[in-house]
Amino acid sequence: MEFLVCISKAPDTTTRIAFVEGDTRFNEDGVQFIVNPYDEWYALVRALEIVEAQGGKVVIASVGGADCDPILRKALAIGAHEAVRIDAQPEDAAQVAAELAAYAKGQSFDAILCGKETIDHNSSAVPAMLAEHLDVPCIALATSLDFADGKAVMTRETANGIEKIAVSGSFVLSAAKGMAEQRIPNMRGIMAARTKPLQVVPAQGGASGTRIERFALPPEKAGVKLVDADNPAELVRLLREEAKVI
Amino acid sequence: MKCIAFIQTKEGQATKASLEAAGFAAGMGETVAVVSGELNGDGGIGNTGISRVLQGPGHLDDSQIGKLIAAAADQEGATVVVCAQDHLGKAVAGRVAVRMNAGLIAGVTAAPQGDSYIRNVFSGKATAHVQGTTDKLVITTTPNAIGMAAATGGTAALEAFQDDLGDRKVEVLEAAAPSTGGRAPLPEAELVVSAGRGMKGPENWGLIEDLADAVGATTACSRPVSDIGWRPHHEHVGQTGIAIRPNLYIAVGISGAIQHLAGVNGSKVIVVINKDPEAPFFKAADYGIVGDAFEVVPKLTEAFKSL
Ligand SMILES: Cc1cc2nc3c(=O)[nH]c(=O)nc-3n(C[C@H](O)[C@H](O)[C@H](O)COP(=O)(O)OP(=O)(O)OC[C@H]3O[C@@H](n4cnc5c(N)ncnc54)[C@H](O)[C@@H]3O)c2cc1C
Ligand SMILES: Nc1ncnc2c1ncn2[C@@H]1O[C@H](COP(=O)(O)O)[C@@H](O)[C@H]1O
Repeated sequence: MEFLVCISKAPDTTTRIAFVEGDTRFNEDGVQFIVNPYDEWYALVRALEIVEAQGGKVVIASVGGADCDPILRKALAIGAHEAVRIDAQPEDAAQVAAELAAYAKGQSFDAILCGKETIDHNSSAVPAMLAEHLDVPCIALATSLDFADGKAVMTRETANGIEKIAVSGSFVLSAAKGMAEQRIPNMRGIMAARTKPLQVVPAQGGASGTRIERFALPPEKAGVKLVDADNPAELVRLLREEAKVI
Repeated sequence: MKCIAFIQTKEGQATKASLEAAGFAAGMGETVAVVSGELNGDGGIGNTGISRVLQGPGHLDDSQIGKLIAAAADQEGATVVVCAQDHLGKAVAGRVAVRMNAGLIAGVTAAPQGDSYIRNVFSGKATAHVQGTTDKLVITTTPNAIGMAAATGGTAALEAFQDDLGDRKVEVLEAAAPSTGGRAPLPEAELVVSAGRGMKGPENWGLIEDLADAVGATTACSRPVSDIGWRPHHEHVGQTGIAIRPNLYIAVGISGAIQHLAGVNGSKVIVVINKDPEAPFFKAADYGIVGDAFEVVPKLTEAFKSL
């Protein structure tokens, strides 16, 4: 089984978000970057588990500049076999998906695993775009993945309920919680990652379709109104008469 | 500007998230709706001001739905496609954008401001104003963010619609009821009662369920609670769980870590119940009770019941 796992670089979850250049650019000063949690905890780990049980290879790919190399090494330390960096600054989902598709087309992956969303852009857009470029199914927000009788079997929750589905042939999925548990890289993994292949390939000129005009921070909360612990009825009254939410 | 609104249905009715998307599209320009499968009457679509529904075949997979929507946009000469950023929207919107060579702006949370669309970024810690740079645009709307447009009382006429959609590649082996039972799924829920490690153990969740029942809310939890297995994974809200934006979020025994807040700070009203007056969650709350959950929650449940 050969997997491609798409990995995005994301700011650490505790990052205080600030913007520079007239609120047009995220202030990366002092920000620590991590592997996007969905890509690492769920997509990568599930691919590794399957390869460990059935044999095969996990290739990770990221669209990004040299600043992505540390997070690719981290994913290699967790157990991925090879890394590919497609050398372009990510602009939007359309461009990223076009670049990933151009790379994947020349290979023969059994499955392409993405995270359900990046924690900075929150688009949940790349997986479906990638699937369309490759003309394969896209299973969004899958919570499990197994292979049986030559088919991939997945679960997902739709508006109509929980579905167990099967796909023959290759596919793209976006991984949500439930698929696997986070793995902490050990010393051996970290040492091995140093010598694993990290190939840099040129971008193919994938086009973006959107532009961020500016960012803004949400308005501050006015402050909490405390209600006495012995008088919850007062809280209910406020929710009904003041906040008008019930 | 001509728009297509893709409407997801449940038992022949348009879902609430889809009706919000339809209302958003109708506010932008003349809109034609697209559905896959059977409808009860017009499924509630006419009420959004849309008068025509293109009705494609049912039981399509994501690739076929993408083709259906793009073909409908082509037939109608539409330059904008709108659908909800729900489970299905996440599987098809990107496909439609690629087929139409359109920019995709996902998870819009407010009415457009000129050519700019507002969406959450950094897990709700910021917003971005985004513009399309192509002639065509695909937009998905975040459930429960834009709200439902005022009902017009209209009805929509159905027209059968078909195109070469290729073969279905995703086989459904089993289908089960939603994990939230009869309650609204978390991303769409208007009322949510959530609890954290302060509840001490899974055996105490009866208190939370009772409160949720009294409020008519969907239940949620903090990440450690689902990681330890006190509650199922699908209840985990926050930056690495599900992002929600209910009208009312009641958080019991949750400290309010930055990663938790990131997934819930879009809630219109936040109520925090915590025994520690210094809990960071109070800074993000609208209303709060400082007290022991085991004493406060049953009383609060009674107060809701006596409404
Ligand atoms: C990369 C990363 C991603 C993360 N993503 C998420 C996420 O998506 N969602 C999420 O929730 N967390 C997330 N976390 C975890 C987060 O940092 C916190 O650890 C977590 O939210 C704490 O959960 P808690 O509030 O339930 O527990 P605690 O922090 O242990 O807080 C328990 C609270 O209960 C109160 N309490 C105790 N007893 C009582 C009582 N009897 N009555 C009333 N109050 C009581 C305490 O005062 C305390 O405030 C993430 C962490 C990391 C590192
Ligand atoms: N720059 C990137 N390089 C590789 N994969 C990416 C990149 N950006 C996003 N992805 C993948 O696409 C998923 C969804 O991203 P998004 O559409 O931005 O929410 C992520 O979880 C990754 O798996």
